[in-house]
Amino acid sequence: MKDNFYLGVDVGSVSTNLVLIDEEKRVVASIYERTRGEPIAAVQRSLILLKEQMDRPFRVSGVGTTGSARTLSGVIVGADVVRNEITSHAVAALDLVPEARTIIEIGGQDSKIIILREGVVVDFAMNTVCAAGTGSFLDHQAQRLGIPIEEFGDIAMKAEKGAQIAGRCTVFAESDMIHKQQVGYPLEEIVYGLCEALVRNYLNNLAKGKDILPPVVFQGGVAANKGIRRAFEEALKCEVIVPDYFNVMGAIGAAILAKEKTKRTGKTNFKGFEAAEMNFSTSSFICQGCSNNCEIVKMKLEGETVAHWGGRCGRWEIGEVERIAKEQVLS
Amino acid sequence: MKLTFPHMGNVSILIEDLFGRLEIEYITPPKTSLRTVRLGVRYAPELACYPLKVTLGNFIEGFESGADAGIMVGGVGPCRFGYYAETQRRILNQIGYKVPMFILEPPLAHPLKFYRTFKKVAPKKTLRDLYRTIKVSWKKARYIEMIEKQVLQNRCYEKVKGSTTKARKKAINLLESAFLEKEIENAYQEATEIISSVPKEEFDAPKIGIVGEFFDLLEPFVNFDCEETLGNMGFYVEKSVYLTDWLSPGGKNLIAGHSADEVARAAKPYLSHFVGGDGRPTIGHTILYAKHNFDGVIQLMPFTCMPELIAKSILPKISKDLDIPILTLVFDEQTGKAGIQTRLEAFADLVTARRKKGFKPRREIIDWLDNKDQDLVEV
Repeated sequence: MKDNFYLGVDVGSVSTNLVLIDEEKRVVASIYERTRGEPIAAVQRSLILLKEQMDRPFRVSGVGTTGSARTLSGVIVGADVVRNEITSHAVAALDLVPEARTIIEIGGQDSKIIILREGVVVDFAMNTVCAAGTGSFLDHQAQRLGIPIEEFGDIAMKAEKGAQIAGRCTVFAESDMIHKQQVGYPLEEIVYGLCEALVRNYLNNLAKGKDILPPVVFQGGVAANKGIRRAFEEALKCEVIVPDYFNVMGAIGAAILAKEKTKRTGKTNFKGFEAAEMNFSTSSFICQGCSNNCEIVKMKLEGETVAHWGGRCGRWEIGEVERIAKEQVLS
Repeated sequence: MKLTFPHMGNVSILIEDLFGRLEIEYITPPKTSLRTVRLGVRYAPELACYPLKVTLGNFIEGFESGADAGIMVGGVGPCRFGYYAETQRRILNQIGYKVPMFILEPPLAHPLKFYRTFKKVAPKKTLRDLYRTIKVSWKKARYIEMIEKQVLQNRCYEKVKGSTTKARKKAINLLESAFLEKEIENAYQEATEIISSVPKEEFDAPKIGIVGEFFDLLEPFVNFDCEETLGNMGFYVEKSVYLTDWLSPGGKNLIAGHSADEVARAAKPYLSHFVGGDGRPTIGHTILYAKHNFDGVIQLMPFTCMPELIAKSILPKISKDLDIPILTLVFDEQTGKAGIQTRLEAFADLVTARRKKGFKPRREIIDWLDNKDQDLVEV
């Protein structure tokens, strides 16, 4: 008999992540790819890579999508569940650490804080106007210092203390960093100083007024950086748990949600891995239906329109997200 | 002289009705659209609050449509709204619209200025005419808002998605075209019937209260129809701001359900004085929603709005003390629908999950605040 797996797809601004989990919610395969501004191609490429990772035949019994391109990727794979990133990340973290009370999630261009009590999300925040406290900030500074981002964490761990660097704004951080270099601070202190700056920025802005209680789970691409983890542990004075699959937690959450959903319904809408070969295309037009002049995105599969979104009224949209939310309320 | 005016939800219906009765010529600008916003943003100072930009766009589009004068409300109190009319007059002048801009000051605060403006736009009418007219137009505006309230409370129960929105359109049109007082009464009866006869399914819907700055609450274009979205998601919605409430805050039987005094009293343990705009009502209504056992509160505010910012910094404390989830959404021309959608969705999940666990606002703290309030001294 073939193994039963569940697929989770998380398409964000920077990375596209796919995971397969089994009935015990263990990860059997995972893909972390750059989105590079082409979500459709990224999802299709990742589907192929994921299939190649598997050495035995298997069946996908459910699929969930999340991330900023969740609607789009949901159409591509035929999602059973399309859910927001907050819920997906919380579901994945809670599965691993059921008593978690704080989730720190820092990705390429966004950061989130999720507060949980008794296994329920009670508060959350996402960054809005500035990416100074996210992975892009570190990426940029690492480039400026001429060190690969992969080594950033190890270098930071060598420092005894961090140099004081302004972290509110990337531009000011950079001039501050140059100044510290010129004054003669050792590289590791500057690198760790940057980690502290990011953590300070996160705690003072996003997490302002929120009660950060342990256990704290730290996930998202930036969790790979040991320096940031250390800075969080020093600032919060508690252990910070980084899950094994920290960079694909959103996808794991989506897969778990899909598993729960298909267990109830007993069927999946999964299009199969053939979705990777299908010819999807998108175009947009301005709806002339009223004076709102909404920009509508039209998605075609082999020349046939399969979905619309972007309108303010219900004229074009299937309203999938709202329908799912209502289902949730009614259940 | 053809007057134009800015949009704000249903305000155009009230103005058209009033001007029609007073025989004032007017041109209603096109409904607020992306183009309106682009025009406003282009000419307004970048850090001006969002409503100023949007309404500036309305004026420009109104003049493009052939209007040769504008009318805007003035204001009192420490909030930039009071300066909108004057700022917009200067900007419009600078970009070539050398047309008269009438500023309608609140009649009680500036009776003489109000009277002068009135005589200029409606020279043939007396104050007595104005009083009589306002009475009828007012009734119509109130009924329309009562329908809006009914719509918010009913949408979550609809069997067919979109049926309430369709019924709403029909009901509002009916009221809009009614003219005589008797006709308005009848139209209202019929309109409520239209909304309540939308086929429903019975379930215990979670309740969300919407609080915040009045423009953001009244203009669905600006808030990305978040009330409708919440209704479609299965939430019973109430909101704290209605135009007629706002114009007569001292009145009895306000549509939002509480008088300005009651709201101020509720806010007192957390904010004991007026901070401009809707800062204090935002706090007061949040507490009142918790008192009425709502499952969550959403605050809507324009970017850089000072009074709402004050409220925003107090809300986390209220959320913690009373154990009620609160989400703040900030709007301006940079705000994207996707970000709002994601947050609403996550908030909806949060509220639903809390309910399943049986979490409710803390009754004992709310009652304690209610009683404690009496001994507080005015600061």
